[in-house]
Amino acid sequence: MASVEITKHLWEFLPVLRDRTLTVDAKTVAEVVREVERIAPGFTYYICDERGCLRTHVNIFVGQERILDRTRLSDPVDEDSRVLIMQALSGG
Amino acid sequence: MRVLVGTRKGTFFVEKQAGSWRPRLAGHAGVGVNFVTRDPHSAELWAALGHGHWGAKLSRSRDGGNSWSDATQIKYPPGARYLAPADPDPNASEEDAAKGPGLRDATLLKLWVIAFGAPGHVHVGTIPGGLFSSFDGGDSFQLNLPLWNHDSRGGNLFDGPGNGVTHWFGTPASEGEFAPGIHSISVDPRDPQRWLIAVSTAGVLETRDGGKSWQGRNRGMLNDYLPDPAAEWGHDPHFVTRSASQPDYVWQQNHAGVFFSSDGAETWRKVSQPEAGVHFGFPVAVDESNGKTAWLVPGKSDFQRMTIDGKLFVARTRDGGESWQPLRRGLPQDGAYDVVYRHALANQAGCLAFGSTTGNLYVSEDEGDSWITVANNLPPIYSVRFG
Repeated sequence: MASVEITKHLWEFLPVLRDRTLTVDAKTVAEVVREVERIAPGFTYYICDERGCLRTHVNIFVGQERILDRTRLSDPVDEDSRVLIMQALSGG
Repeated sequence: MRVLVGTRKGTFFVEKQAGSWRPRLAGHAGVGVNFVTRDPHSAELWAALGHGHWGAKLSRSRDGGNSWSDATQIKYPPGARYLAPADPDPNASEEDAAKGPGLRDATLLKLWVIAFGAPGHVHVGTIPGGLFSSFDGGDSFQLNLPLWNHDSRGGNLFDGPGNGVTHWFGTPASEGEFAPGIHSISVDPRDPQRWLIAVSTAGVLETRDGGKSWQGRNRGMLNDYLPDPAAEWGHDPHFVTRSASQPDYVWQQNHAGVFFSSDGAETWRKVSQPEAGVHFGFPVAVDESNGKTAWLVPGKSDFQRMTIDGKLFVARTRDGGESWQPLRRGLPQDGAYDVVYRHALANQAGCLAFGSTTGNLYVSEDEGDSWITVANNLPPIYSVRFG
């Protein structure tokens, strides 16, 4: 099961995520997002647009690496992965 | 009486207590609030949010603003596309560079304005150029397809290239892109099937059949930035509103002047008075009972979007724009450079309020004759509405 840590910023809008490190069964980042959506309905539209593309000012890391595919979120995840979902440093 | 204020950093309420107007943070702390308003039928409050990171979100309060929660979110349907100018690309081939506008997927960039019609009818204007309507009290919203597929913007682009030509241009309010936006929605109080909308930049459109078909309403409009000043499309209304009890009296503060219609927007007449400083600006408010009485907060010009000579004033007409009076009492007349956005002036029963991008909020209780400074240190103000 991959572990998923989500920025505290989103706890304010999706209180069900508060103080939780989630573990999900997923093989790609897209599957991670789908699993988190099941726990916190509305989550996906916070981090992705209508087409499912990652919003400009959001980052997802698998381990130490930023994901490559911001369109379909196809980056692989394995059961030891630590997935971090956070706001991008956008300045201002 | 309460004033709802949308700012770059949250929703504020301004209420009169013990004889003085006091602002307080009332929700969405740290979040951009483009518009906040009250449904006159349900008394629910609605806010159009623009999160820096998390996109545009619709928020509603069912308890008068004590608590807010995400509403049903507005999304463009799969396949919704619009014509947009291609970004210049020095590496493009000659053939590609000459192609002109291309199709772009529509994703929600901004929720800009919220309006109400018959009970249960909620309308939201968005960028890029969407009108979303709910007829179930806001539980679900649908993109108005006859407007989205209007010939003036290229026709039906869901399945093909349409007619390839759009007369809808962009607005710099597009959050990083340059797409058209719907910022004004006015439902005729006599007939809930008749809605006026205004688009930056395209012009004014009307439906008389509840959104099934749309016609341009730009006769008499004049611009000063296109080859044909009286072109059918390409006008830049900054805000359009009408009198509640005399809905045929419609007002428009436009990029190229102030326009007035006495026939429900069938025809427009330019009523600018540049020598009185009445020409450029963003907001306009009209009296509920006397449609010939209106207020503006003029700016200097398109080229200098600021007060005239550092003096802030409101302009009022009581005769349909034949004459204008500057109202300055209580407003700063030295070193003031307030800019007032299109949704940031409101009136109700002779009381007026407006707020500026410099975080100043002013209220008048005597139809604008005199003004009280209510706040000087609010975040940049995007919208001011009574509710």
